[in-house]
Amino acid sequence: MLKNNEKIQLDLFAAAIRCETLKSIAAIGIGHIGGSLSIAELLAVLYQRVMDIDPHDPKKEDRDYFVCSKGHAGPAVYSTLALRGYFPLQELSTLNQLGTSLPSHCDMRKTVGIDMTTGSLGQGASAACGIALGNRLKWLDNYTFALFGDGELQEGQIWESMMFSAHHHLNHLICFVDKNNLQIDGTTDEICSLGDLKAKFQAFGIFVQEIDGHDTREIYLAILTAKQKNCPSVIILNTIKGRGVSIFENKPSNHNAEVSKEILELGLNEQAEIIKELECAANVCANG
Amino acid sequence: MYALMDEIRESTVDMRTVFCNVLLSLARENKDICLLDADLMGAMGTKPFLKEFPERTFDCGIQEANMFGVAAGLSVTGKIPFAHTFAVFASRRALDQIYLSCAYAGQNVKIIGSDCGIHAALNGGTHMAIDDMGIFRAVPEMTVIEPTDNAMLEALLPQVAAVYGCFYLRLVRRTTPDVYMPGSEFTIGKANILKEGEAATIIANGYCVSQALLAEKRLKAEGISVGVIDCFTLKPLDERAIIQAAQKTGNIITVENHNTKNGLGSAVAEVLCEHSPARLSRLGFIDRFGEVGKRDELAGAMGINADAIYSAVKKSLE
Ligand SMILES: Cc1ncc(C[n+]2csc(CCOP(=O)(O)OP(=O)(O)O)c2C)c(N)n1
Repeated sequence: MLKNNEKIQLDLFAAAIRCETLKSIAAIGIGHIGGSLSIAELLAVLYQRVMDIDPHDPKKEDRDYFVCSKGHAGPAVYSTLALRGYFPLQELSTLNQLGTSLPSHCDMRKTVGIDMTTGSLGQGASAACGIALGNRLKWLDNYTFALFGDGELQEGQIWESMMFSAHHHLNHLICFVDKNNLQIDGTTDEICSLGDLKAKFQAFGIFVQEIDGHDTREIYLAILTAKQKNCPSVIILNTIKGRGVSIFENKPSNHNAEVSKEILELGLNEQAEIIKELECAANVCANG
Repeated sequence: MYALMDEIRESTVDMRTVFCNVLLSLARENKDICLLDADLMGAMGTKPFLKEFPERTFDCGIQEANMFGVAAGLSVTGKIPFAHTFAVFASRRALDQIYLSCAYAGQNVKIIGSDCGIHAALNGGTHMAIDDMGIFRAVPEMTVIEPTDNAMLEALLPQVAAVYGCFYLRLVRRTTPDVYMPGSEFTIGKANILKEGEAATIIANGYCVSQALLAEKRLKAEGISVGVIDCFTLKPLDERAIIQAAQKTGNIITVENHNTKNGLGSAVAEVLCEHSPARLSRLGFIDRFGEVGKRDELAGAMGINADAIYSAVKKSLE
């Protein structure tokens, strides 16, 4: 269990991820904002608390791996990596500029700290299986984490990989679904409904949990629970696409949207409010 | 160094047997070598690998897209995955995975596509890869190789395992004519100039190399001297060998067990146009699908056997 002040630190980290993501996308004016904002809490818990990683030794052999299969959420991952010290924060403003090391979709050859190249939806799932398998072959007991979008689950490759992961008992593979209910052309229910996701994953032999994806305490606990199981895990994160910036929240148009100076200011102000409240709460914790 | 067989005869050993044996010996030396398949281990004769290295063998089932993604992930952790399926499925069904998760991601995945072109024989048009070389040639950083016979496969496989990067190896499952003496050595990216000639140069790969040599013999008996080049590496292409042939004979005939569009004929045409224009005749599948039949019957029907090459050379000299 996380103590209150530990949870507050993670929430503050999530808010920082949102601020940096907004700023980096605003620097070029447009980007994949919705699906980046929805995963800030997950990234905070993974990179600040759960993952065995060393920003000074990003290729450490026995590190935990993170595969962002919804590769378009790169901006949120880059913000997380920069905040953790993989590279200077200033680099975030080069997002998607010609020659940048921070391209729209995650690219392991370009960005320090990115464990797998993604961008064609569905593919990260198989790569994550391969990484988990390869590490097990090396007798390592590290973990591989993977993140799928809910729209991404419409890809057949996801289900191939789930069948594979269960067959090979990849118990050090923990996958997340960013269930924000939106894809590009509408809600998943309008486009091609996912049905009973929990039952579907369970039927494939996966241990499934469904939680509030914006609650860092729940995320942390779910990961601890997943680690106790001897089969692969899926943690369904109920989230809001565009979370944390009111004009984006739950808007179908927020997938790849303009982030103007005005929107940036609005977003940063909204996050500043959240940060202020969290800091107050932190003081309360500290002063008993 | 390589040496040609005195006479071209059908091999007595399946290419898949050589593939499995050599891979086994490599795997004994290198614990990182893994084998993946998509329910075609029986077809590819790799069950002995499974038997000796069960922990390094992954028969993924009928899920080619996932298999190449898993192979990419294994490579991320330092493994050297060899992933096999029929060439049609490697090149068409899993292209996106091979392109992005393997090649673009800079991984070390060895893609083994079998039953290429007429070798698919009784499996017919649905299983006949005649576009695979062209597809993989278009993938940046991919090395594209069609071993000519068993001796060449035996020599190249250790190099493929040792050199980091994505390779496409186009293999035959059953037998193919033996062209080279056992123990021959080859350099990836360097074409073999098998015969020097004056009237024309035949540039071939795969099965068609044997046919080119047979045609050359007949033409020689008639006093027509033609060169033969085995262009077993389609990428990187040995441009120098092609340019030299063009300068020498000014008359090039390409022959491939593949669609002439995007395959060896196209690749040679590109070099000729850019560097040394010459007369060019291309033999291969002429923008048509494969079909069912026995290998050598198909070679005749598609116009890529010794007879067809002989006629094409004669025609080019008219
Ligand atoms: C194979 C593939 N098809 C289409 C796309 C284009 N695309 C990028 S993001 C996206 C929608 C993704 O929706 P979802 O997985 O729900 O992600 P989120 O809404 O969380 O951003 C699509 C269709 C792609 N990147 N890959």
